[in-house]
Amino acid sequence: MSQFVSMLAYGLADGAILALAALGFVLIYKATSVINFAQGEFLLVGAYMFYTAFVVLRLPLLLAVVVGVVVATVIGVLVERLILRPMIGESPISIIMVTIGLSSLLRALVQMFYGTSVKPMPKILPTGSVDILGATVPLNRLLVIVVAAVVLTAFTIFFRRSRHGIAMRAVADDQQAAMTMGISVRRIFAMAWALAGVSALIAGVLLADISAVDQNLAAFGLLVFPVVILGGLDSVPGTIVGGIIIGLLKQGTAVYWEPGLATVVPYVVLVLILLVKPYGLFGETRIERV
Amino acid sequence: MSTAAAPAGTGQPVPAGAGAAAMLTLNNVEVIYDDVILVLRGLSLEVPEGKIVALLGSNGAGKSTTLKAVSGLLPSEHGEVTDGTIHFSGEDITRVDASDRVTRGMSLCMEGRHVFEHLSVAENLVAGAYTRSGKESAEDLEKVYEFFPKLADMRARIAGYLSGGEQQMLAIGRALMSRPRLLMLDEPSLGLAPLLVQEIFGYIKRLNTETGLTVLVIEQNARRALEIADHGYIMEQGRIVLEGDAAELRENPDVKEFYLGLGEEGGRKSYRDVKHYKRRKRWL
Repeated sequence: MSQFVSMLAYGLADGAILALAALGFVLIYKATSVINFAQGEFLLVGAYMFYTAFVVLRLPLLLAVVVGVVVATVIGVLVERLILRPMIGESPISIIMVTIGLSSLLRALVQMFYGTSVKPMPKILPTGSVDILGATVPLNRLLVIVVAAVVLTAFTIFFRRSRHGIAMRAVADDQQAAMTMGISVRRIFAMAWALAGVSALIAGVLLADISAVDQNLAAFGLLVFPVVILGGLDSVPGTIVGGIIIGLLKQGTAVYWEPGLATVVPYVVLVLILLVKPYGLFGETRIERV
Repeated sequence: MSTAAAPAGTGQPVPAGAGAAAMLTLNNVEVIYDDVILVLRGLSLEVPEGKIVALLGSNGAGKSTTLKAVSGLLPSEHGEVTDGTIHFSGEDITRVDASDRVTRGMSLCMEGRHVFEHLSVAENLVAGAYTRSGKESAEDLEKVYEFFPKLADMRARIAGYLSGGEQQMLAIGRALMSRPRLLMLDEPSLGLAPLLVQEIFGYIKRLNTETGLTVLVIEQNARRALEIADHGYIMEQGRIVLEGDAAELRENPDVKEFYLGLGEEGGRKSYRDVKHYKRRKRWL
């Protein structure tokens, strides 16, 4: 039982971070139809930006978060403006190549300025642990779950209720019609990239806190793909469910079966689910009226 | 046949604000797609404030392009206004951004309805009010529901699952949410049953008489359009070839023959009887 509870906590924490990272990916895909292979590097850059603000510049925690968010927004907007906008109208495969190039570029920039060694960063989340049903669960994992849940809820409300959120979904649905409503598609694109940058920053900081600030953060971003494909490329609730499933599968395999298989099993399950539901669990099928 | 009178085809630029009653003035507008395809060849028309103007013509005449030029959608389709001017309320908007034109008070209902299929009815309407403040749009939302009671009953439904007629109402309601002074409709009758067409046109007429909304409507269904319109323009190959009072156009023998499908004897005519000069040039 205690083993199960701790597996649950670790799995959910992983899943929560994955969902946050995947959210950015889905936002970009949904609004702009760009498949962003640099999402993992967004996590990396986000974590290093926060590290710079918090450790190097010694800003107080709250201010460091604000600086991180601002920088992530600026990076997102710049990437859209300078790299993706000139690509509008190009074939999807060239756009994918551009995002792959972007991922190498971002990783190289981080290495250039910060080197490849692990950066020491004081833990932001409390390091204690609590006993739940006989299992010792680290407090920071629980807090990761809480923070991610709050952020994801905020995003969901933003998309359901706010003017800009609805406008973003409108652009995703029908760009030209959205233009006739006076919605500026360019601004929405920029907004999607900015929000993706912010969600990646939060995921990156959380991940760095439970692991370490180093190059491996980007590798975690690779797991974003099974998450989004599982959830359906364009579904926000799908990323949450997909993230949780992949996170639990990873931890469950490691605990109950064989740690070496932990990174393989999620992909196997992914293939199995896609056999049954080709659009992913929550992916949009085109509406056909009868 | 009363050929195009001024301002159509005169080629003389009309100074801004000429004819104070004109809400929208197109003057000698030329539109080119992809740098090579000339679609509008010096089109001029005027939409007076508070009136319904119908723009008629066969497929490919350039009607939709005209509305896209007015609402600023051409750049998204590699099109460009290469000559002429478009004035709205006396201001030159030829180079103004599409979203800015909505803020200035014009709204376009695109051909084929284009509702946001995966959004609910209510969300579609909220998206339509993007350029307005929250409080105003809440009031407008109630007004639209009042005007289209059917929409109020299904505000939580996903728009993609509505019927064609309901989607058309939603598209019009959504266009009204930006509180336009000029509403442009691109074939509102497309794919609708005759009774529904009548209902939709009834709504358009009511909007015009009850709220004084100015309307520019494109139609294939010339009979219906001329019934509710005050003024009509007939387009062919990117130009206005005929214009006049809607009642006059309804009685014009050429219009009757070509757009209303009635010959002089009242029966249908075969192509052979059609005089040569009227035949559409299919290649040029």
